[in-house]
Amino acid sequence: MSVAAITVPTVTHAPSSAEDLLEKISIRNLDFFYGDHRALKAINVPLYQGKVTAFIGPSGCGKSTLLRILNRMYDLYPNQRATGQVRLDNDDILSPSQDLNLLRAKVGMVFQKPTPFPMTIFENIAFGIRLYEKLPKSELEDRVRHALERAALWEEVKNKLNANGLSLSGGQQQRLCIARTVAVRPEVILFDEPCSALDPISTAKIEELIDELKDDYTIAIVTHNMQQAARVSDFTAFMYLGDLVEFGETTKIFTSPNDRRTQDYITGRFG
Amino acid sequence: MAATFQSSLYSARHRRNKIAMGLAFVATGFGLSWLVLILAVLLWEGFSGLSLSVFTEMTPPPGSAGGLLNPIAGSLVMTVIAVLIGTPLGVLAGTYMAEYGRYDRLTTVVRFINDILLSAPSIVVGLFIYEVMVAQMGHFSGWAGAVSLAVIVVPVVVRTTEDMLILVPDTLREAAASIGLPRSNMIIKVAYRAARAGMVTGVLLAIARISGETAPLLFTALNNQFWSLNLNAPVASLPVVIFQFALSPYHDWQKLAWTGALIITLAVLALSIIARTLAAQRKTS
Repeated sequence: MSVAAITVPTVTHAPSSAEDLLEKISIRNLDFFYGDHRALKAINVPLYQGKVTAFIGPSGCGKSTLLRILNRMYDLYPNQRATGQVRLDNDDILSPSQDLNLLRAKVGMVFQKPTPFPMTIFENIAFGIRLYEKLPKSELEDRVRHALERAALWEEVKNKLNANGLSLSGGQQQRLCIARTVAVRPEVILFDEPCSALDPISTAKIEELIDELKDDYTIAIVTHNMQQAARVSDFTAFMYLGDLVEFGETTKIFTSPNDRRTQDYITGRFG
Repeated sequence: MAATFQSSLYSARHRRNKIAMGLAFVATGFGLSWLVLILAVLLWEGFSGLSLSVFTEMTPPPGSAGGLLNPIAGSLVMTVIAVLIGTPLGVLAGTYMAEYGRYDRLTTVVRFINDILLSAPSIVVGLFIYEVMVAQMGHFSGWAGAVSLAVIVVPVVVRTTEDMLILVPDTLREAAASIGLPRSNMIIKVAYRAARAGMVTGVLLAIARISGETAPLLFTALNNQFWSLNLNAPVASLPVVIFQFALSPYHDWQKLAWTGALIITLAVLALSIIARTLAAQRKTS
């Protein structure tokens, strides 16, 4: 399909400021199937460069499914397929010839439950770096330190880099996972309910972190917590039963949504 | 309320509970008492024969003093070779089933056959190796013994490897994939690491299992009265020597059989303790 043939997204938005928005990832007419079950229906949505886009909606609406398409995570499992078009810059993510390892290096992911690897804190970070670069020891140490600093974890772990990653608290583990993701130098970071297993203080730290990271990365976050979406995101997409109901600037979605269902959800009338 | 507790329904239930619990206690006691009896006799008979000469001297002719050095050495050598053959095969097959082919039909078939092999009588394994190795080579040999033990090791290791890898949460696999780790790296560096304790436990259990096997060795390694580690010739092993000596009419041979049985039991006990310690570590880490 040529670029010209791409249909204009049905969901439009009107950024209030005059700033130029660059579509880092564009999703057009995306359908997703678990076996015969159609879990996503003709989704059109952009992810803008350097912005945080939140996906909200009741459980089972397809927001995590959508996120897992962006790094082809669904490929690990049988009987799951996506149709439509998903582009990262100009690269077709859904193409069968897509190199999944390179794609996932560019599109990192942080999961709901912290998932440190069963190795030391240092190795958790260095592991990913070594996959792509052969660095001298001192430079590797710098990179690990930088990644841990980016994830606001360095001060807490600098004296125990050789401790097992699993010995950290839940919030620290999650920041370790963020550091691990950042260390690989991705362009996009996907957060799949990153705070749902964390206490409020850890949650606040992660949110702060997301805010800092967005200058350098394009970020998508799935969350059940509407306040969180309101706090961290620039754009919000509301999904319901596999449809993308409404997409727009976060302030707009949370103050004057166009769709009745969005209104009902954000005011807590269902969900 | 008080009426409830005095009601006949309640007291009938209470009585039934007491009877059921009593039966369970009796059954447990009955089963355990035989086990205790067996172990007590083994300890009693085995310990009295335990001495340094058991580990330094060869199996004697009837009527003279001797030890169990050649069967102990033979068992050790054949067990080590069996584990060296069986572990890589079992680990690779288990890895295929848990990682690469988890959703394939082939895995279901292999798992089914493996379970049959797991519970197959070991004498069948002995006969099979007799046919394919001993009969072809024209003589009994230590190699045939080691291979028949390896055939018993494989299904145990396949099973534990698959089970332990399946216990590794998918979230960890996804996390590894999410930084662009190729699958083979993910398996070796992440999944094996997470499942290591369980997989080692599987190998230890396999060793425990084969260290008492007699039937497959009777048809393959046979026995050897003298010191020999030549694997192209018959090799002595503890279970076969126990079998032979225990059935003999000579008192000193019977004594050595008891001692040999005690040595195997203690070795298996030690392995089980190590295996359990490793498994406990896995749970706490």
